[in-house]
Amino acid sequence: MTTCLLAYTFLAGLLGPVPRLPLLQETIRNLYFHVCMWFAMMILFTISVVHSIRYLRTLQPKFDRAARLYAGTGILFGLLGYSTGAIWASFTWADPNIPLLDSFSTIARDPKLIGAAVALLVYAAYMVLRDSINDIDKRARISAVYNVFAFVLLFPAIWILPRILPSLHPGNEGNPALDVKNDISAGMRIVFYPAVLGWTLLGVWITQLKIRLQTLVDKKFES
Amino acid sequence: MLYYYTLNHPTSFILAKLLYNGVLMMAMSAISLLFFFLLMGNPVDKMGAFIGMVFLGGFSLSLVFGFLAAIAARAQQNAAVMAILGFPVIIPQVVLLMRLSSTAFSPLLNIPTPTVLLLLALDALVILLAVILFPFLWKD
Repeated sequence: MTTCLLAYTFLAGLLGPVPRLPLLQETIRNLYFHVCMWFAMMILFTISVVHSIRYLRTLQPKFDRAARLYAGTGILFGLLGYSTGAIWASFTWADPNIPLLDSFSTIARDPKLIGAAVALLVYAAYMVLRDSINDIDKRARISAVYNVFAFVLLFPAIWILPRILPSLHPGNEGNPALDVKNDISAGMRIVFYPAVLGWTLLGVWITQLKIRLQTLVDKKFES
Repeated sequence: MLYYYTLNHPTSFILAKLLYNGVLMMAMSAISLLFFFLLMGNPVDKMGAFIGMVFLGGFSLSLVFGFLAAIAARAQQNAAVMAILGFPVIIPQVVLLMRLSSTAFSPLLNIPTPTVLLLLALDALVILLAVILFPFLWKD
């Protein structure tokens, strides 16, 4: 199913009709990739937190393993979201009359980019915290606590803050990318929603494989 | 440690610690504010509001770092780990506080009430999370 959805995303996303908006032009096709990466990242981080909560309730090591691996895949999607966003920004935000690196300093101050960087840093800190503790049970418990704490504190903040601060990035009014009237046309939505689903499922699939592998490794390590 | 464990309930322990940290931080920021005024002059336009913001900011920061200190103490590698854990979590609050306090320096800008309420809500959130999560850190 994931393969079908992603194949559809690539075909329809690269070939299908798109509205020609000023400034965006054909780069609007990046919507199917860039925005989906952030959706997938947030969904994967949310799954990770849910597993952390379940670990704290049951203290079964399999939930801790899942929480860690979902966070890892979430970081991967965050980095991909950054790179697709950088490509997009270099065609739309960057001033073509000055060198790209000079306009980078103005682009990088955008509150949404900082918010995304903060989210990635939190999960980088989560990984550092995990690796700094040797005792397995203690590591699982403390990192689960940090995961829940950071997620709950951070995600409202990165959803609320960018709406208060002025920003170049679209999506200040209402829900970014889900606004039916202004953001995207009906034809694009037919591609966009399956694309979100496809990328998220791809992330879940990668993580499932990693969890199975890690379970086998742990089993071998124990015996 | 075991003695503490028999003596107190984890919830009352973390609340007491957060309260102590908050009061200590407010006292320290009051002293440093006084010295800033004495040594470097007073550019502030809305005095009462600015003092309120200083207290609010100090209190918010001390709450977050109080709980992170508990995590870092359990990880047994205090200074470095705490800085790594704290930096990303604290950025949203610092951004809000910066915007809030910049209004106190200008006679033209009004103080945005939603920002103050948002900071208070974040503080309440931190306290709530600390009460919920601290028992898991506490028992060994």
